[in-house]
Amino acid sequence: MPQAAVSTKRGLGTTERRDLWWVEPLAVALGLLGFIIYATWAAFQGNHYYFGPYISPFYSPEVFGDSQHSWFGPVPAWWPAFLPFSPALLILWAPGGFRVTCYYYRGSYYKALWADPPACAVGESRGGYRGERSFPLIIQNIHRYFLYLAVLFLFFLAYDVWKALWFTDAAGAVHFGIGVGTIVLAVNVFLLGSYALGCHSMRHLIGGRHDELKNAILGRNCYNCVSALNRNHMRWAWCSLFWVAFSDVYVRLCSMGVWTDWRII
Amino acid sequence: MTSATFSIWRGAAGEGKFFKYTTEISEGMVVLDAVHKIQAEQANDMAVRWNCKAGKCGSCSAEINGIPRLMCMTRLNQLPLERPVTIEPMRSFPSIRDLVTDVSWNFRVKKQIKKFKPRPPDVADGSWRMQQEDVDRVQEFRKCIECFLCQDVCHVLREHHKHEEFIGPRFFVYVAALEMHPLDTENRVEELAKAKGIGYCNITKCCTKVCPESITITDNAIIPLKERVVDEFYDPIKRLFRAIRGQ
Ligand code: SF4
Ligand code: SF4
Ligand code: FES
Ligand code: FES
Repeated sequence: MPQAAVSTKRGLGTTERRDLWWVEPLAVALGLLGFIIYATWAAFQGNHYYFGPYISPFYSPEVFGDSQHSWFGPVPAWWPAFLPFSPALLILWAPGGFRVTCYYYRGSYYKALWADPPACAVGESRGGYRGERSFPLIIQNIHRYFLYLAVLFLFFLAYDVWKALWFTDAAGAVHFGIGVGTIVLAVNVFLLGSYALGCHSMRHLIGGRHDELKNAILGRNCYNCVSALNRNHMRWAWCSLFWVAFSDVYVRLCSMGVWTDWRII
Repeated sequence: MTSATFSIWRGAAGEGKFFKYTTEISEGMVVLDAVHKIQAEQANDMAVRWNCKAGKCGSCSAEINGIPRLMCMTRLNQLPLERPVTIEPMRSFPSIRDLVTDVSWNFRVKKQIKKFKPRPPDVADGSWRMQQEDVDRVQEFRKCIECFLCQDVCHVLREHHKHEEFIGPRFFVYVAALEMHPLDTENRVEELAKAKGIGYCNITKCCTKVCPESITITDNAIIPLKERVVDEFYDPIKRLFRAIRGQ
């Protein structure tokens, strides 16, 4: 195809656009980098991740660890001493992989963090381009497997909310109750659920793969619900990202004694 | 009456530059009106393609202040007029003259897409039965007016010039309309993955943003097609099952 370039100006950031096209990628970059920095820091802490009946979602499920939530007790003796240990490091790859391979995040970090393109109709610096056709980005096609894991994690996190309803008093008796932390963890499950269930791969698997929706595995209503969540997938992605970090902050500050967890019931 | 200045790219075969024209404007004018006024009063030889002036023929695509848009649907009161309004031809296609580009590549691409192949009629009178909801899903794609603004903004064509390996968002919409049609029996998934280059799309959604028909190109056409490609090519468990079943 002969390419007769209309404008001779080419290169990173060249555009005739007059609007503030760089604001959106900048905001996305700051949001994502802020989250990555906080989540990495929090995951390496290995402490202050539980408080009363609450456990931070960064640390759940706690496969090995010191809290009452741990499945198989404390750090196993065979854990190599040279490797840092934190219960979060064992599991965070799964939700992390889910977000990294999410169609929405892919589209936005290719722009914000990789400038390919920096924004719509804005010039790029790189000549070569392979897209998601070949290694490494072809791996993004594995997204549906991370979805399966994410759905499993939703059950674990929902169970954490259930546990967050039972408080132990000074005498050791267990009572039903609701604290602000319970609500924080419940909102987290709601937002993560809306994000994960509105996933594009979910939409495909639940019915989109059929040309006739009568063949959809759980019926057309389920497909329509997933599609409705999917229409706002970007919003659910950001709200759930913010809230999962906030849930960790909440549990952490309560555990450190900085915040007081108010009991509602 | 107020006036506004337009900076219009003029030239041929890719060689050219911006020329400034100031003209009077009035309420309700669109960019195409201003271009016509300039053409009538100051630049009789300026080439511009247009037809319906109603956003339905897809002829008047251009880049207005750097954003791919239809000239006939862009009102002047939506634009900042303190600075000259730039009007350029689409950049993803070879320029012919002034604002006119050669979009014939698109028609060649379209011819190479496997045609609609319905299943045998459902009833003896030769007709079919379809559910409204199944038709509704592909109906969105049929709104396309072939303005090729989505092709223009897509960086795979615009910046990386993959015209030989990538059919572009307009034709993913077209393939989706056929591939998801409840009656269609053809399989276009393999060619989507290979010759049509769907893997080049990195879902940045610029095509969706510029579509004057508000077709949700990326979410409703491209991603569902990408998922169908995953089913056939990249899902290890599905491949295993297919191998076991000897398919
Ligand atoms: S979403 Fe894909 S097809 Fe659409 S503009 Fe971006 S890269 Fe091109
Ligand atoms: S999909 Fe939209 S932007 Fe693309 S050619 Fe059709 S109408 Fe134009
Ligand atoms: S597409 Fe975003 S989570 Fe799957
Ligand atoms: S002239 Fe027909 S779409 Fe603009």
